Amino acid sequence: MKYILMMNGKRSDFEGYARWSKEDLQTNVAFMREFSKELKDSGVFVASEGLGWPNEARLVRAGSKGEPITDGVFPESKEFLAGYWIIDVESSQQAYAIAARLSGAPGAGGTTGNMPVEVRRVLSSHCDLGL
Amino acid sequence: MSGQTPEIPFEPLLRELAPQVLGVVARRFRNFPLAEDAVQEAMLAAFRQWPREGMPQNPRGWLIQVAARRFTDMVRSEMARRERETALAVEEPIIEPVEDIEAEMDPEDTLILLFMCCHPVLSRSSAIALTLRAVGGLTTAEIANAFLVPEATMAQRISRAKQSIRASAVPFRAPTPQERGERQATVLHVLYLIFSEGYASSIGARLQRLDLAQEAIRLTRSARALLPHDAEVAGLLALMLLTDARKAARTGPHEELIPLDKQNRTLWDRAQISEGTELLTLALSRGAVGFYQLQAAIAAVHDEAARAEDTDWPQILALYELLLHMSPSPMVTLNHAIAVAMVHGPMRGLERLRALDNNESLSGHYRLDAVRAHLFEMLGDFNKAVQHYRIAASRTTNLPEQNYLMTQAARLEDARNETRNEPV
Repeated sequence: MKYILMMNGKRSDFEGYARWSKEDLQTNVAFMREFSKELKDSGVFVASEGLGWPNEARLVRAGSKGEPITDGVFPESKEFLAGYWIIDVESSQQAYAIAARLSGAPGAGGTTGNMPVEVRRVLSSHCDLGL
Repeated sequence: MSGQTPEIPFEPLLRELAPQVLGVVARRFRNFPLAEDAVQEAMLAAFRQWPREGMPQNPRGWLIQVAARRFTDMVRSEMARRERETALAVEEPIIEPVEDIEAEMDPEDTLILLFMCCHPVLSRSSAIALTLRAVGGLTTAEIANAFLVPEATMAQRISRAKQSIRASAVPFRAPTPQERGERQATVLHVLYLIFSEGYASSIGARLQRLDLAQEAIRLTRSARALLPHDAEVAGLLALMLLTDARKAARTGPHEELIPLDKQNRTLWDRAQISEGTELLTLALSRGAVGFYQLQAAIAAVHDEAARAEDTDWPQILALYELLLHMSPSPMVTLNHAIAVAMVHGPMRGLERLRALDNNESLSGHYRLDAVRAHLFEMLGDFNKAVQHYRIAASRTTNLPEQNYLMTQAARLEDARNETRNEPV
């Protein structure tokens, strides 16, 4: 069963991240690299992407003629997707354990980031036969 | 293998030969994990060379030779690595002439492989992947594609599965009579899971994907050839044939799910139904009735009805009662409740469902709500039916199923509004 792990942050989280020390950044990057390798080595990795920062984010709606109408002003409370991982695991427990490991990524000043990770099931075309 | 290549006629042969070659190479060199890699490479070499150079005179001998050579190369490079690390020399394997190795072939090998790949030490997904590659003769890319994961992920899963087998020191031999029952149940379960994965994924625009249901049927056919007197193996094969026979009728022109009672039964594969029914009749005549035989018998009763309203529900109910006694599970209770409703009315079915409310594995399962919705609809309680269809839709993890359940809720909602708007 496939799950998507989504790491979200507010604009202030991203701005805070930009002010991390070099050591903190290196520790975090090394952790993320190792995390990714673990997913691949254990045969659960499906896909992963990191996203551009919120300052580049635009909300797009279709105008009356279908033309794009963009808006880039977001309230501070809005959460932005920073990156996602799709994994293929045997149980929700396994997905939660991996998400917890991700949430435990090192943060600023030697602390644990403890970022919330949203875990959602990816819909499949698989239906059980009900046996 | 790729989309552009026209159908390669030697592919079925290659897949059939793969476990035979692996069996003899694994036994000869007493190293299943490495032999499995070597055979996979020999298969890939055949895919590359045979279309260009034509099929060799003795395809099996050719595969054994290439696999044995690859095996030796792997051992040599492993030896070189170890010598560098520990300055310890490892004995090099001696390769006899291919004819000698080929002469050691034993039909039992494929069965041993099947038991090994479905070993209880493996997780379900590992067992499925390894079975498809080692026994099914599929490439890693094909398996990865079927499960929609990257090839590297599938390769890693297979490699880890083999590490587990190596770590638990599973010997390359058939299970002992004491182990047999439990081990065989695992084999049948893995084959069933492959079928069920394929049965589901035939929905939707997945034409480029390997037909896992067909692969499961093929593997179960070979299991049956190896265990011709086993009634449960025959039962599982019958179940697959009788279920897969309805494939063409299961989805509509827009790939929407069509439930059993609404299917165009003229689209059902009659030949496959006959084969399944014959297999089942033979299996049932042997005595010792099992889980898969009973499930197949239920599928057969459905298949026998020319119209949904001709379905022999009392017989289906009787079969579910047997199942309830023999291998009780929440899913059996759920399906039994449907049969109760069809025979004794929806009220009685709904009463049965109450027993599942506190069941941990099923209480949040979409199927419980889907069945409840269906029974409330039968009862004429559209309010409750709509409510449960919607809960079921929010709980399913399957997209076509979700569309189906949402459509059911919408259909009832429309019907309800129409009744309301009718002039008095």
